[in-house]
Amino acid sequence: MTFEVGSGLSIAVILTTVIVVAAMLIWVERRLLGFWQDRLGPNRVGYFGLLQVVADMIKIFTKEDWIPPFADKFSFVLAPAIIMSVILLSFSVVPFAPGVGVVDSNIGVLFVLAMASLGAYSVMLAGLSSDNKYALLGALRAAAQMVSYEVFMGISILGVVALSGSFNLREIVLAQTDGWYIIPQFIGFVIFLIAGVAESHRLPFDIPEAEQEICAGYHTEYSGMKFGMFFVGEYLGLVLISSLITVLFFGGWLGPSFLPPIIWFVLKASAFIAFFILMRAALPRPRYDQLMTYGWLFLLPVSLVNLLVTGVIILSTQ
Amino acid sequence: MIMLFYIAAAVAVISTVAVILQTNIVHALIYLILSLLAVAVVFYVLGAPFAAVLEAIVYAGAIMVLFLFVIMMLNMGQQSLDQERSWMGPRVWIVPSILAAVLLAQLLTVMSQYNYELSPTKVDVMEVSALLFGPYVLAVELASILLLAGLVAAYHLAKK
Amino acid sequence: MLTLVKDTLTSQVVTLWRVFAHLWVKADTVEYPDVQPYMFPRWRGRIILSRDPDGEERCVACNLCAVACPVDCIALQKTEDEEGRWYPEFFRINFSRCIMCGFCEEACPTNAIQLTPDFEMAEYVRQDMVWEKEDLLIDGTGKYHDYNFYRVAGKKIGGKDKGEAQNEAVPVNVRSLLP
Repeated sequence: MTFEVGSGLSIAVILTTVIVVAAMLIWVERRLLGFWQDRLGPNRVGYFGLLQVVADMIKIFTKEDWIPPFADKFSFVLAPAIIMSVILLSFSVVPFAPGVGVVDSNIGVLFVLAMASLGAYSVMLAGLSSDNKYALLGALRAAAQMVSYEVFMGISILGVVALSGSFNLREIVLAQTDGWYIIPQFIGFVIFLIAGVAESHRLPFDIPEAEQEICAGYHTEYSGMKFGMFFVGEYLGLVLISSLITVLFFGGWLGPSFLPPIIWFVLKASAFIAFFILMRAALPRPRYDQLMTYGWLFLLPVSLVNLLVTGVIILSTQ
Repeated sequence: MIMLFYIAAAVAVISTVAVILQTNIVHALIYLILSLLAVAVVFYVLGAPFAAVLEAIVYAGAIMVLFLFVIMMLNMGQQSLDQERSWMGPRVWIVPSILAAVLLAQLLTVMSQYNYELSPTKVDVMEVSALLFGPYVLAVELASILLLAGLVAAYHLAKK
Repeated sequence: MLTLVKDTLTSQVVTLWRVFAHLWVKADTVEYPDVQPYMFPRWRGRIILSRDPDGEERCVACNLCAVACPVDCIALQKTEDEEGRWYPEFFRINFSRCIMCGFCEEACPTNAIQLTPDFEMAEYVRQDMVWEKEDLLIDGTGKYHDYNFYRVAGKKIGGKDKGEAQNEAVPVNVRSLLP
């Protein structure tokens, strides 16, 4: 078997790498949060606590997998499966390096958006089937937040799409050979960053699972590996958003040739993962209505104006 | 490729039937989403990837989310389940079944008379856009005015 | 709207940078079981009963600590030896109730009951949290090295009559007419 786009070997390698990286992020995040909060973080299991992930996995696999008797079993079991599969499917269109990827799709950007919008079901079904008021509140918040921020996410990408003239993520990377899109599309980048955080409901926008207000939100009733799927799904979403920012705005695998392309991709994506963790360490959570007001009254007009200006500039320079 | 079409079409039909037969409203909605996704696959196989992905984003991803959102607010319990079951008696089925049978018979006769050769032509994003902003620009603009009216109304309602 | 933008661009970015700069700050925490943290001498940890410089028990069983205790975790019974010196017959502290408030230490007139910087008080059996006088009594003087209650108090005990304490005048003979 050869290692090329779409071969079985490449799919297997990408799948395992992505899941292992997402699991390792549990340790990376706790360690980095520790450093930024003047603590040490987990460092007891293995060198620097590297085996903490293994310990966590053993714990989460051997926990009792409990389905509450009042829950709607069908939706309850379906919900964690949706988030994992939807995010893993999104990875299929991400171009990691020349020759590394799963699919070379002409509708890559749209596919990612479609999968992101399907991800909302996971959260909503989890909250609805749990038959628990905290879960329901979390699901309501999650639904509104994800549907709203999907809009800004889509519009902020459109500037990049207009500049590159393609929905294919690989072609978008190749179109950035002359210069990364972070410079012409800085506003689009900022909006995509904010919308990405809200979409993967990570701090500071973890309103659907705000521990202080509504327990754990939509996954209050989950335990064992079902909770683990939500947990790993969140980190998978983090990796996905970081990869997408790298691809859309920072030239993907492009970089000086003293390092191989895949290393450039990993370096850029890791920097964004670290930035997301820094946001978690530093920024407080906004109130729910503040988030909505901020989105619809600030991000939406700004992203529309950004798209309009981009269009005008493209048309005038042609 | 044609097998994919038939599988997706079968999934769409079966899940649509399940939507009607399900008494639990959330389960029915999940089947509806599945049906829409199957239709998206059908579009993709028929050579319209843009339409497929828009089907997934707009119908499965946005409109159905709003349906689910409303269901969450309504607090459907065992009571609504029983009510739904009581409505699903055999007598209710008679008229819809006859109407559906008539439609099916028409469809079958039409399909048996014309022997279509299924040869998908790929319609890419660029061509769809060129059509939308070329011959159909008036329809697009009218639709956008409608959406703008909706936006203004929503803004006005939210302001109160 | 402008203030919103200003807040977003300045306040949040400055916050992010300040937190990021903590990467180069040494951690406040220590790796506890391997490295013992420095405990301040006035830390309110495990309660002990101290002895005076002569090696006798300081506690005079006045019950002030038991009265001051907000959770009633101290129990004691007064008794006397043949020389008239007071001491507790038993002295019991229930550490599963104790909240380490230090009121007993403040109430104690003889500096007998003291809180120490020892915080490792976990036990496997709940009964082991109840400490008797034999467990509480230490051989040293604790935080106050020179204080000896009976040497400064006017109470008469064996080997020290009235008027023999430090800074104490000889008692006035009320039956005498001399000035």
